Amino acid sequence: MYSSKEHGFFTISGNLATQYVQAVGWAMASAIKNDTKIAAAWIGDGSTAESDFHSALVFASTYKAPVILNIVNNQWAISTFQGIARGGSGTFAARGLGFGIPALRVDGNDYLAVYAVSLWATERARRNLGPTLIEYVTYRVGGHSSSDDPSAYRPKTESEAWPLGDPVLRLKKHLIVRGAWSEERHVQAEAEILDEVIQAQKEAETHGTLHAGGKPSVRDIFEGVYAEMPPHIRRQRQKAGY
Amino acid sequence: MARMTMIEAVRSAMDVSMERDDDVVVFGEDVGYFGGVFRCTQGLQAKYGKTRCFDAPISESGIVGTAIGMAAYGLKPCVEIQFADYMYPAYDQITQEAARIRYRSNGDFTCPIVLRMPTGGGIFGGQTHSQSPEALFTHVCGLKVVVPSNPYDAKGLLIASIEDPDPVMFLEPKRLYNGPFDGHHDRPVTPWSKHDLGEVPEGHYSIPIGKAEIRRQGAAVTVIAYGTMVHVALAAAEEMGIDAEVIDLRSLLPLDLDTIVQSVTKTGRCVVVHEATLTSGYGAELTALVQEHCFYHLEAPVVRVTGWDTPYPHAQEWDYFPGPGRVGRALAEVMEA
Ligand SMILES: Cc1ncc(C[n+]2csc(CCOP(=O)(O)OP(=O)(O)O)c2C)c(N)n1
Ligand SMILES: [Mg+2]
Repeated sequence: MYSSKEHGFFTISGNLATQYVQAVGWAMASAIKNDTKIAAAWIGDGSTAESDFHSALVFASTYKAPVILNIVNNQWAISTFQGIARGGSGTFAARGLGFGIPALRVDGNDYLAVYAVSLWATERARRNLGPTLIEYVTYRVGGHSSSDDPSAYRPKTESEAWPLGDPVLRLKKHLIVRGAWSEERHVQAEAEILDEVIQAQKEAETHGTLHAGGKPSVRDIFEGVYAEMPPHIRRQRQKAGY
Repeated sequence: MARMTMIEAVRSAMDVSMERDDDVVVFGEDVGYFGGVFRCTQGLQAKYGKTRCFDAPISESGIVGTAIGMAAYGLKPCVEIQFADYMYPAYDQITQEAARIRYRSNGDFTCPIVLRMPTGGGIFGGQTHSQSPEALFTHVCGLKVVVPSNPYDAKGLLIASIEDPDPVMFLEPKRLYNGPFDGHHDRPVTPWSKHDLGEVPEGHYSIPIGKAEIRRQGAAVTVIAYGTMVHVALAAAEEMGIDAEVIDLRSLLPLDLDTIVQSVTKTGRCVVVHEATLTSGYGAELTALVQEHCFYHLEAPVVRVTGWDTPYPHAQEWDYFPGPGRVGRALAEVMEA
């Protein structure tokens, strides 16, 4: 799946929570090498139930790894409310306390607050003061995926009742009040961003989609399993006609 | 008799089992209120209450570990792992614990649990929604492994699995949930309502674990398959006009060796088909058994048709999935040998 080493963006996995603990390992490596790099990982509210989440906290705590452990609490994990993962713990941030990890809970739809806590945690990590756990309280308005219909498990009106609003609209309002932004500039910015996204999509589609355009060669299926293709995979590739 | 999809059939199996036995409990990620991402448990919580059918936190090791504890107490948990690809966090509990509790305690404690998990590809699920990990279970002594290929078998086998005194890994080929699939992905989908095996009794019945079924009689070559590949093999035999006998294993462990040996002794030729990767796959076990038991009757080397030894590719799904073209070519190959 997608990644960009150049941007320090690790390869995403579909198996929940597995990478949370890997981020701790990456941060430990940076410390072992006397490097100044720090790591950050993100996990959903529901996925904090996985053992790998708890392993990450143990290792981050024991080795004081320069890592920021982010929890995006968007209230829902597919059809289950965040309470199912949280249990009797008042908040997800509180999970950090038992591990001795400083933990913060922030309005995740407040851009400036999110920025401020992230900066604080980054500073802590950079100064080698150890890990920080941050819970961002937010809300998943849409479905979990394109095949998910949230009305099957929560009231249709729930998202409208969500008190923390839309982070983009809130920031916009704030900046306009401060005189740093205007309706016109916002409309223009939205159009520019939309255009940029559409251009990026178009460019991506020139490489082919599942339905049209050039498909990658069947040959590619067999590449990249190992640094050097072992004979048995080569034989299978030949059997496939490539 | 009613017409059921495979989803309705497994749901009916759990419903019938919960109705008959208060000790049967059903849980897993999203299975309670919502009824599961594939809707297999829909309505069970409303009918049996939150202590019999409930949502679990996203922790597969937690789900299987607690199921084992409940089974030790005397319950019969039938739990859902949302996708077979997500059983790995529970692998320790499955292999070191569930599989060995009877042996370790000399029968003092047992582990009658069922782990249902959607398996296999064909839905553009990519690496983490397409895997077929059956060989990782058949390699572990103490587990039973069942893979149905149609609604009728799915219900009968799931009831038998829930009633079984040992842990059963119940792999549900997700591409078969809504209809038989012969690998021709470019053709319209046939629903189960148009298939004989979509006819399912509403009440209780069970199919013994460890009994294969011959889906197509033939004298020229034996095809051993299970799950989705049964339908692919049937299509390949028709399309090639080859007099193939197609065996649907239904249960990989215990295995119906007699049916295999009888068939291969008769035909003298054998093709083994599965969607999982080749190396150390279950096909290797089947091939070895055929060699051990039928060597003097074999007219040709046994051929395996499987997924390639790579992760399941997203964009090239149909170049990876062992479809009727590849199975047909294998049939021709063993016929020529
Ligand atoms: C190990 C594992 N188990 C189950 C799944 C299936 N699954 C995918 S997303 C998801 C819900 C995740 O909820 P949450 O952690 O709250 O993240 P969100 O989607 O809300 O951002 C589940 C159960 C998975 N991908 N990996
Ligand atoms: Mg969530």
